[in-house]
Amino acid sequence: MFDADAVDRITRQRQEWEANELRQFVERQPESRDECRTLSGLPVQRVYTPEDVAETPFERIGFPGQYPFTRGPYPTMYRGRLWTMRQIAGYGTGEDTNKRFQYLIAQGQTGLSVDFDMPTLMGCDSDDPRSLGEVGREGVAIDTIEDVERLFEGIDLPSISVSMTINPTAWILLAMYVALAQSRGNDPNTLSGTVQADILKEYVAQKEWIFPIAPSMRLCRDMIVYAAEHMARYNPINISGYHISEAGATSVQEVAFTIADGIAYVDEVVRSGVEVDRFAPRLAFYFVSQADFFEEVAKFRAARRIWATVMKERFGAKKPESMRLRFHCQTAAATLTKAQPLNNVIRTAFQALAAVLGGCQSLHTNGLDEAYAIPSEQAMKLALRTQQIVADETRVPDVVDPLGGSWYVESLTNAFEAEVLAILRKVDEMGGTIKAIEAGWFQQQIADSAYETARRKGRGEHVVIGVNKYVEPTAATPVEVHTVDPDVERRQVERVRAVRARRDQARVAALMDRLAQEARDPSVNLMPTTIELVKARATMGEIVARLKDVWGTYVERPVF
Amino acid sequence: MTAIAPIRVLVAKVGLDGHDRGARVVARALRDGGMDVIYTGLHRTPGEVVAAALEEDVDVLGISLLSGAHMTLVPRILELLREARADDIAVVVGGVIPDEDVEALGALGVADVVLQDTPPDEVVRRVRAAVATRAR
Repeated sequence: MFDADAVDRITRQRQEWEANELRQFVERQPESRDECRTLSGLPVQRVYTPEDVAETPFERIGFPGQYPFTRGPYPTMYRGRLWTMRQIAGYGTGEDTNKRFQYLIAQGQTGLSVDFDMPTLMGCDSDDPRSLGEVGREGVAIDTIEDVERLFEGIDLPSISVSMTINPTAWILLAMYVALAQSRGNDPNTLSGTVQADILKEYVAQKEWIFPIAPSMRLCRDMIVYAAEHMARYNPINISGYHISEAGATSVQEVAFTIADGIAYVDEVVRSGVEVDRFAPRLAFYFVSQADFFEEVAKFRAARRIWATVMKERFGAKKPESMRLRFHCQTAAATLTKAQPLNNVIRTAFQALAAVLGGCQSLHTNGLDEAYAIPSEQAMKLALRTQQIVADETRVPDVVDPLGGSWYVESLTNAFEAEVLAILRKVDEMGGTIKAIEAGWFQQQIADSAYETARRKGRGEHVVIGVNKYVEPTAATPVEVHTVDPDVERRQVERVRAVRARRDQARVAALMDRLAQEARDPSVNLMPTTIELVKARATMGEIVARLKDVWGTYVERPVF
Repeated sequence: MTAIAPIRVLVAKVGLDGHDRGARVVARALRDGGMDVIYTGLHRTPGEVVAAALEEDVDVLGISLLSGAHMTLVPRILELLREARADDIAVVVGGVIPDEDVEALGALGVADVVLQDTPPDEVVRRVRAAVATRAR
């Protein structure tokens, strides 16, 4: 990037500085540590100079909105439009969560994000014995399309983007969302939003799986292809590193495993005969923003560059939109502590700033009560205000990729990229992502990192303020905590039973038979029949149970 | 009791919750601490967990829950252990558990509640202590 003479001059100046100022100073006052590393373990120098990026062609950094998109997916970034402030919410029934949505919209939130309860995530109806104690607890309970109608009551779907955090049952929720839009006269092409639907990271990290890998990948393909044909503004998958990080992976592993998952999805859809540029522009990503500030900024920049290169060189994409990585970001829940909970506000603010400096497209900031329960209204408001302060007071959004050109950040971006590429080569050598998952390789790598982090925290090497440094005697919980309405479960159970009793049973039965038949033929797209089923008031649990008969369930070999 | 018999532990995930980072770190810490550790894997019912604890003849049953369903599922496990006359097994609960529930679980007969950010070495010590208390 710099001419050789200039770099030589800088090298000489650096050597002089090391021999004089630095040496004398360190003799008087030694540094506190011999060696510094990032949270992922990448070595970090004392100081960086143009020498560290001399070998990097400027084209690998380039301009925002231009291949390889290191500096951002769009030319103007936040000068054009701020990131979407998207606080996730979900608890109780559809009406309960609808109230929280209305509140967040009134507070200036610009996108919606739905959290579902465990039974909905796992495809159990609210009256299933396995749902006992979990209905409406960690998210909103959805059994039928009528619950989705209540969830979005009074919210104009084409005018706000809606993200749904759901995986093995994602295609049913997508079907309900489309069916709701159609019943209101909205063309699915007008809908914007995201369904998470990233099943591979479930086998690896979050562990919400139902079916074996092959039919689960087919469901992802069905959603991607359906969206490519009918939902021009919708992201049918959110390829997620967040959960991989929360399960214990380093940031390097997070990005490597997520890109590996992305490669597997593109392979799956291309194999079914759909041209890569037909669907790749709508693939979206989701990363954590962890505690190591500069490593995270470098991570987001490296992830964009790696994905662009993969799409262009590995898959032969032609459209720039197919190569540009767009991502949602969430601050790191696993960094938040039960001890001294107000500290969590500060942690989250720094993580949010790293996400913005790294060029996220939407952001969720965690509530300070994360380690206690799902967030209270007060905690969510403060988390949203944190984003608004970054947006409107810091002036950070005024310049695109303001850390671009920092010798440190560019050098770290390069180092991060090299580590990720090494892992991707290893995955290829193992026969690809799915083979590596089946072998338990990702799972073991994550377990190893999680254990190492726990031990380092225990030894005090990984400092967590209030936990292993500046510890105070335990005080009573000083935060307002969300409580669960004990009556939700009963109401929701009655509701799903009432819907089952009054629908056209013959129609549901006929559609179920059709679904089972189509499920046996992997070339059929299951979205159209699922949409008809949810319109006919089939429950999520019934649809899942029928497909379990056809496909069976995934069996995990747990590693620790 | 001979000094060399290792403590046998069943680490279990109950309910629909898939957050298993803590359970697996604890399983590994206990194994590194010299115990025999069996991990059930995910999505177990209280009945399955108790059956496995009996079959494996464990000293300790560790139950990990981050879903908030602990006040429904843990009492059920304790009840099944009593029915099976196996309430000499020390039950240790871990996960995201509010303070008032920590007390409530103790009153129900849970030997210890190990919250997040407990260092691995301390987990090992507390599991040993839970077993020692039961053995008296």
